[in-house]
Amino acid sequence: MLSERKDLMDEAMATPVDRPAEQASPAATKAPHPASARISPAALREFGQSALLLLLSLSGGLVLWHVASENAWDFGVNFRYVPTPSEVLDATISNISDSAFFVHIGVSIRRVLLSFLIASGLGILTGIAMGRSRIARAMIAPYIEILRPIPAVAWIPLAILMWPTEESSIIFITFLGAFFPIVLNTVHGVQQTPDVLVRAAQSLGASRLAIFQHVVFPAALPSISAGLAIGMGVAWFSLLAGEIISGQYGIGYFTWDAYSMVRTPDIVLGMLVIGFLGTLSTAAVRALTAPLLKWQKRTR
Amino acid sequence: MLDVLKNHKTPTPDGSKGKGAVSIENVSITFGSGAEAHQAVQTTSLEIKPGEFVCILGPSGCGKSTLLNAVAGYVRPSTGKVSVDGTEVEKPGPDRGMVFQQYSLLPWKTVYENVAFGPRMAGQSWTEAGSVANTFLGMVGLKKFGNRYPAELSGGMQQRVGIARALANYPSVLLMDEPFGALDAQTRLMMQESLLEIWRKFGTTVIFVTHDVDEAVFLADRVLIMSAAPGHIIEDLPITLPRPRSSDMAALPEYVQARQHCLDVIRAESRRAFAEQNI
Repeated sequence: MLSERKDLMDEAMATPVDRPAEQASPAATKAPHPASARISPAALREFGQSALLLLLSLSGGLVLWHVASENAWDFGVNFRYVPTPSEVLDATISNISDSAFFVHIGVSIRRVLLSFLIASGLGILTGIAMGRSRIARAMIAPYIEILRPIPAVAWIPLAILMWPTEESSIIFITFLGAFFPIVLNTVHGVQQTPDVLVRAAQSLGASRLAIFQHVVFPAALPSISAGLAIGMGVAWFSLLAGEIISGQYGIGYFTWDAYSMVRTPDIVLGMLVIGFLGTLSTAAVRALTAPLLKWQKRTR
Repeated sequence: MLDVLKNHKTPTPDGSKGKGAVSIENVSITFGSGAEAHQAVQTTSLEIKPGEFVCILGPSGCGKSTLLNAVAGYVRPSTGKVSVDGTEVEKPGPDRGMVFQQYSLLPWKTVYENVAFGPRMAGQSWTEAGSVANTFLGMVGLKKFGNRYPAELSGGMQQRVGIARALANYPSVLLMDEPFGALDAQTRLMMQESLLEIWRKFGTTVIFVTHDVDEAVFLADRVLIMSAAPGHIIEDLPITLPRPRSSDMAALPEYVQARQHCLDVIRAESRRAFAEQNI
């Protein structure tokens, strides 16, 4: 199950937190947290260097992009129709003065949040059931194995036929994307609970329920929160697939509509917004789960 | 660290004095079945008096931990029974406190919450459980570290918290499975002295599993030597060293004799086991 989960992560996002196996060892928790480190001159210098490199890298990329599209480079990959950075900037300025643009963003965020919440609830519950009960695992695992590799796009026709509204079918597709990584990470987290901790709790008089609450669930939390972060990333992929093919709103629709109407700067703007929202929401998931994992960070 | 412990005025938690008689009757333990069957403990009978400090000494893999796990209730004996104060052991419980070799504090709970966990599970309020936790943390000299997480403590400190946590349930028996095995030699010696100090104040029965002859002789009232697997008790040696004990007693003739005797028994046993393997 672990190796399959890895495949999925590769498809999804290779985030630094999606290494639950390492998180179990105290050594791994010594990973540097530059933001929380005490500010020493050396750290400050390092930070300055990183910032400088980031700036150099980004401006270099922008210049290259500008030159490539300005001169309509064509070496198999064709830059003729790629808008220049300044055209994208102009498109951005004109779009942010238009409320319709924010409606697209708002609709997408709402869909992702709703789908992600449902996927988190069902995913964590399913994962716990599978991790704790052999019967549940035997009965649910085949469905997970068969359905998981099906990409969100492949679900679109059936989803449209099955669900009463377009909105519900898009939410269903987005939900599916987030659901599987959350389930698999939860199962993994629950199963890796160290046996000695369970025994210790038994010897302290803990009931089965108390062992779950105080041992199994907290032990699974690092893995669950990694699953949530990955699930959030995959939710955005799936949402975009859904929005491109059906719907009249959403940032995916905005991007695809720009393509149909040959507003190339808007295509790039749409893509950048998607990237930004994806990063932002994954960071938000991490920030929200961080307080639950503070015991990991306070190690020496 | 030890000074803290020695000077600490213990509220003498002697609730478990007079309890803690452990009786192991014809216990054998076999894992698996059929061709895969592996006997870990051969039929063993043993009586341990309340308040006694018993060390089970034996080579790795001899089944000494398995026997201890049967007393803890993690393993059911295949034959015979284990009882504590006349009640048959069926499952793990707070009357038998357990200290493990690996660090087994809950990493997501603070030191204080870890020690208060047992009393909380027994239905005490946070206030009651908290004061018990403070008592026992004081007893092991770690009151100041209550708000730390286990990973922030050294190995020796974590094991002391483990001892405090086990004692916070006022167990009649304290079961210790090579608790100092992972510590460096100096810390181990300090932990041994501090364990004896705690035991003197607390008076609970202790069953202590180790493969270290010096540790066994230094700590125990009685050293039980186990054979190579499948394990059974091949020697029951009373240790007559005076108490309270200190590390300078290693030079006393009683100590030297007891130590030599243990080594002789172990050597004879490993020769026998080795010869048997070569048949």
